[in-house]
Amino acid sequence: MKILINLLKTPAFVVGIGLFVLTLLMAYVFPVFYPVDTITRVGMPYMGPSAQHWLGTNHLGIDMVSLLVKGLRASLYVGLLAGIIATIVGTLLGIYAGYTGGLQDDIINLITNLFIVIPQMVLLILISSSVKEGRSLALIAFIIGATGWTWSARAVRAQSSSLKSRDHISLAKINGTGTFGIVVKHILPYILSYVFMVFIMQTASGILSEAAISMIGLGPYDSVSLGTILNEAMRNEALTDGAWWAFIPAAILVTITAFSLYVLNNSMEGVFNPRLRK
Amino acid sequence: MPVETDIFNAKNVICTFGHGKKLVKAIDDVSFGIKDQEIVSLVGGSGCGKSVLAKIMLGLIKPSSGQFLYKGNEIKNLKTHWREVQAVFQDPFSCFNQFFTIRSQLKDSFGIFKKKPSKREIEDRVDQALLAVNIKPPEIEGKYPFELSGGQMQRMLLARIFILRPRVLIADEPTSMVDACVRANILDYLMKIKSELKMTIVFITHDIGLAYYVSDRMFIMHKGKIVEHGSPDDVALKPKNPHTQQLLDDIPDINKKWLEREQKVLNVVE
Amino acid sequence: MPTIESNNIQSTTSEQKSPQTKNSVPIFEVKNLHLHYLTRFGEKIHAVSDVSFSMDQGEVLGIAGESGCGKSTLVNGCMGLFIPPLKPTSGDVLVSGESLMNREPDEVRRNVLGRKVAMIPQGAFNSLNPTRKIKDLAADMIESHENTKDKKEIYSRLRERFRIIGMDESILNSYPIQITAGMRQRSVIAISTLLNPKMVIADEPTSALDVTTQKSVIKMIFELLDKGVFSTMIFITHELPLLRHVAGRIAVMYAGEFVELGTTDQVIFDPRHPYTKALMGSMLSAEPGQRQRKPIAIEGAPPNLAKPIEGCRFADRCPVVKPECKKNKQVMRIVADRQVRCQYAS
Repeated sequence: MKILINLLKTPAFVVGIGLFVLTLLMAYVFPVFYPVDTITRVGMPYMGPSAQHWLGTNHLGIDMVSLLVKGLRASLYVGLLAGIIATIVGTLLGIYAGYTGGLQDDIINLITNLFIVIPQMVLLILISSSVKEGRSLALIAFIIGATGWTWSARAVRAQSSSLKSRDHISLAKINGTGTFGIVVKHILPYILSYVFMVFIMQTASGILSEAAISMIGLGPYDSVSLGTILNEAMRNEALTDGAWWAFIPAAILVTITAFSLYVLNNSMEGVFNPRLRK
Repeated sequence: MPVETDIFNAKNVICTFGHGKKLVKAIDDVSFGIKDQEIVSLVGGSGCGKSVLAKIMLGLIKPSSGQFLYKGNEIKNLKTHWREVQAVFQDPFSCFNQFFTIRSQLKDSFGIFKKKPSKREIEDRVDQALLAVNIKPPEIEGKYPFELSGGQMQRMLLARIFILRPRVLIADEPTSMVDACVRANILDYLMKIKSELKMTIVFITHDIGLAYYVSDRMFIMHKGKIVEHGSPDDVALKPKNPHTQQLLDDIPDINKKWLEREQKVLNVVE
Repeated sequence: MPTIESNNIQSTTSEQKSPQTKNSVPIFEVKNLHLHYLTRFGEKIHAVSDVSFSMDQGEVLGIAGESGCGKSTLVNGCMGLFIPPLKPTSGDVLVSGESLMNREPDEVRRNVLGRKVAMIPQGAFNSLNPTRKIKDLAADMIESHENTKDKKEIYSRLRERFRIIGMDESILNSYPIQITAGMRQRSVIAISTLLNPKMVIADEPTSALDVTTQKSVIKMIFELLDKGVFSTMIFITHELPLLRHVAGRIAVMYAGEFVELGTTDQVIFDPRHPYTKALMGSMLSAEPGQRQRKPIAIEGAPPNLAKPIEGCRFADRCPVVKPECKKNKQVMRIVADRQVRCQYAS
């Protein structure tokens, strides 16, 4: 509770969470009041903003606002799912490597470095383009998560490694607690707040990755996401035609969502820092 | 009757950390024997290697070369080893997980036993151990480590030893974070456990006064070597090694000159 | 700065001093100071009660007490650092006659801290910013007090100071993690005294260090004292015997109060308060005959300062407690030429 109050006092936190809540509102609450329809043609292709259609239409004449709402939901979904996957994979690997050290640590470090060295985008492109059918949102999320965990693994490993020399771990060892027990009971609670921060970063990163991969046309086949909106705008030369509403709002939404999460993460560092309390 | 084989036996033990240029010799060719039911102190300043030696005795670190034996054998199975060799550490607060209650962590110590006793028995033994260190069980009911004082937490570490009933206790600076007034109590409990359980105690400390009071034998350590050893009277009152002498000189004893300085008592500068 | 000279109130419980010019303003004076904390549950914890003492230039006063006795709170109060939840209840703290009470914390920080009175906080050597070099920490400190942004001048002053105390210049360019605990603590002390404060308050400067390092840190403190970097010092520790070699006068603190205040010889060799006696008796030393002597121990713990305490605060644990002790509140009285807070001290 005290942590929450401290957080609310930090301006950065308020800004971050405020923006993020705004995006959530737009994705989930706003549709209650606005008829979201991404199928019906409501006008001519690339009609400009008007009273009924605040951001005009896309190349098929579909309401842009509806597309953005749907797209935002999809991007949030992918980001969150990718974030969860990346955090879990990275945390598990990081804790294990940091705690056990030795050969296991070296092997995991090798794998991590391998994944770091190969650019995530390249991996995403390769995997995405090889899966020709059924590229769903979930699959995209899975691919992003499975390639983006390196950052959290590194960060968690450092924390875990510094914790392992602590007395309470020695005591747990001579109590006969096994490795699994020590990791779950004696390391995880101490780094939980750190892992939470890591999760926020991975989510932000997931949103950006999705936008990037979809923008180049390797995104989900049958869903609308902010990235696919950007892709369609590019393919149909929206910008050269002056139809900024087909591109810019989507780009802004991606930026704001990721940015809000970054700011949120930064603000938490002061309150949640990895140094142990007491 | 104490057994004849040494409890601990070290033969040319060397322990190094790091490699290449950063190689650190924490233990530099150390050999000694500790008999059953002896109280031995390892005394030295920081960096002398006493904590590393303690971890070797506990089996948490393996020597890089040389032999270290417990009851004549190398330490192979750690869980079995920990049924007989246990420890109390310096900072009682860092020894316990801050996220769980103290009582639950005391109950965790039963994990070392081959056959875990029944729930009823576990509770009983925890209660008994608490009473042995003069804490009534309701006093710590539902409490977390940060809710107790340093002296109480140190007694929790001792209560744990009562539960485990080991043969050997490694006490790493057990009183350095405890108030002076309470110190003698902690030492009393330690002696009580020792005589009840017929334990061998290895005391690790930088306080040569404490070591003098409590030990049957003292080992003085400096930079990974044992530079002097013997009975407390021999080592502390008739030291032969300059490092021992240094340790003795560095203690701010009230009856000896400590700083080469004319103490300006109440002199007023104009 | 208000000058209070002949109005200098020598309270009736004034301590013995060696002959000095009367009517000189004590460099530091604390009068009946009471400090309390407000917890978030609204409880008032009376951390410091009725502390009075004064110091003349050139004195070293030692304050001895165990964990929780209030010595660190007292130190914060002595610096005028009343940062919530710490608040002054009543009393006064005067630096060269100038009161620190009822002033803006920022103003006190700028004018008093570091210049007139420097503090070496507890565990300072472990709280150094690991990403800043030692010389940068010094620069930060100076910049916040004087408006010199001239790094060159600051560094040269630092180098000079390090040279004086015999510390190697390479330490200045190191990060805290690269140097030993002893070197870190000495650096902290050198930096805190860079502005040549008149007085230094050292809060447990050597508590987590081993005996050899402790000796070198204290040697350095006295080098600075002898070379005139500062002239007066309050030295706080839980190790009473250490004060024998450090202080000219000693105050023993228990549960927020001073229970004994006298010269070093008096307090160490002829303690009168039961608590002081217990502290001295619990010492362990490597001397002939010490093995047979059982050190004194007292059961229990200091009282909870959130609740009002009737009678003597030490009564629960006092080895010579009398039935009246639990009802009679104890005040400082003169016994054997020093102050003792016990009516049965003989």
